Amino acid sequence: MGAGRYSALSLLRGAITGHRHWGRAWRAAEPGGPYDVIVIGGGGHGLATAYYLAKEHGVRRVAVVEKGYIGGGNTGRNTTIVRSNYRQPQLQRLLDYSLKLWHGLSDDLNYNVMFSPRGALFLGHSDADMVKLAERGDALIAMGIDAELMDRDAVARLVPLLDMGRDARWPIEGGLIQRRGGTARHDAVAWGFARAADSLGVDIIENCEVTGFLRDGGRVTGVRTTRGDIAAGRTAICVAGNSGHVAGLAGIKLPIESHTLQAWVTEPVKPMIDTVVMSQTLHCYFSQSDKGGMVGGGDPDFFPSYAQRGAPMRLEDSIAQSIALAPALSRLRMVRSWAGVTDMSFDGSPIIGEMPLDGLYINGGWCYGGFKATPGSGRLYAHLLATGESHPIAAPFDLARFAQGRTIDETGSGPMPQSR
Amino acid sequence: MLLIPCPHCGPRNQEEFAYERTLDSVVRLDDAPDAAVTALYTRANLRGTDHEIWSHLCGQWLRLTRDRMSHAISAVEPL
Repeated sequence: MGAGRYSALSLLRGAITGHRHWGRAWRAAEPGGPYDVIVIGGGGHGLATAYYLAKEHGVRRVAVVEKGYIGGGNTGRNTTIVRSNYRQPQLQRLLDYSLKLWHGLSDDLNYNVMFSPRGALFLGHSDADMVKLAERGDALIAMGIDAELMDRDAVARLVPLLDMGRDARWPIEGGLIQRRGGTARHDAVAWGFARAADSLGVDIIENCEVTGFLRDGGRVTGVRTTRGDIAAGRTAICVAGNSGHVAGLAGIKLPIESHTLQAWVTEPVKPMIDTVVMSQTLHCYFSQSDKGGMVGGGDPDFFPSYAQRGAPMRLEDSIAQSIALAPALSRLRMVRSWAGVTDMSFDGSPIIGEMPLDGLYINGGWCYGGFKATPGSGRLYAHLLATGESHPIAAPFDLARFAQGRTIDETGSGPMPQSR
Repeated sequence: MLLIPCPHCGPRNQEEFAYERTLDSVVRLDDAPDAAVTALYTRANLRGTDHEIWSHLCGQWLRLTRDRMSHAISAVEPL
């Protein structure tokens, strides 16, 4: 397999031989089968699921089918932020389970995902904001998750880029930082999981779109695809923004609506900020990539869309907010903006569980916050697919919670995806 | 950006409008619990054309027939 295990030695060997020894990172697998598990969707979550199925549960006959190419969907479109400082205890457990995996992920995958725990800072813009942040911080600490309340001066010292003026458009009164949070190189996460899963025998089948399900009575026994039928014992949907479409192929309506979320990046510059800055009061967030570009984003577009492009007005909102917080950003040229299709669930929390059809499972509804959950989501989904039982951390996120009144509503805004 | 032809005001910028929900997800007062849960909590979420309820700043509710891939609006009617 290509260059084998990546190491300083293989890099050195490459330096001597003109770097001609680097092979494909994963095989271009053809549809085979039957498989024990077929994962629909080759994003970070789907690839992580396949990886942990093979690694943790010894399920070796696993396929991942992807309609496009690896890294072409939301895994390569987010703003790369990783954190676990949520407010609801179920989400805290879920995201901190994932954050712990991030801290060892590069070693585990033998692939540098460039995870950088540089700190994730929420800004507070008023006394009321500071009360809310303090309350959240206390809830996190009670759960054993790190949180540190910062006053105005501490924020000014940490991020000199911010406009700390009393007459600023959105004055900054302080913040709440999670120092274990940060960023990761999102493409590397997809590639690293793909390579690691492939090395354990997982078939990664690209350019293979699911067009329907194979059925045996009430049971799902595999998928119909643009590259033929593929049989599987368990079929696992993991398609983010296309969750509604794929579930629709099985005749199921989900508590999910697809909306567009945009992001932007500036020209690369020398290091100007070494923290992730977020404002939930405004809803913008920005950080600097290791290449030097300032990366940011804001609210989704607030209407249903499967188009991977967004409306300029929402882009303008997040840029205007970011510039107001860090005026120096106004001197940078924006080089790109783009959009992804997010699976907005009806309580703002993900869905990991069984579908109403035997043999069919769902992992979706991650809204605009799925990237940070990639390793945890994959590992918990793998647990469900291998054992048939939900892991205790994933159990509260079952599909039945909506009908049973057990929603996990972080923002308390009810079943209105456009209100989050 | 969408240019939405309001039947009352004429073509207006998308910023003046707000999406509410799809036409098939209105909860009726006399719905049985199952039907209410379905209407409230599930969506066909079509990767294609659907019927949607939007509101305009002018205070009127509208029914849009809209393609969610191309964003083309094929009909706007007062509701």
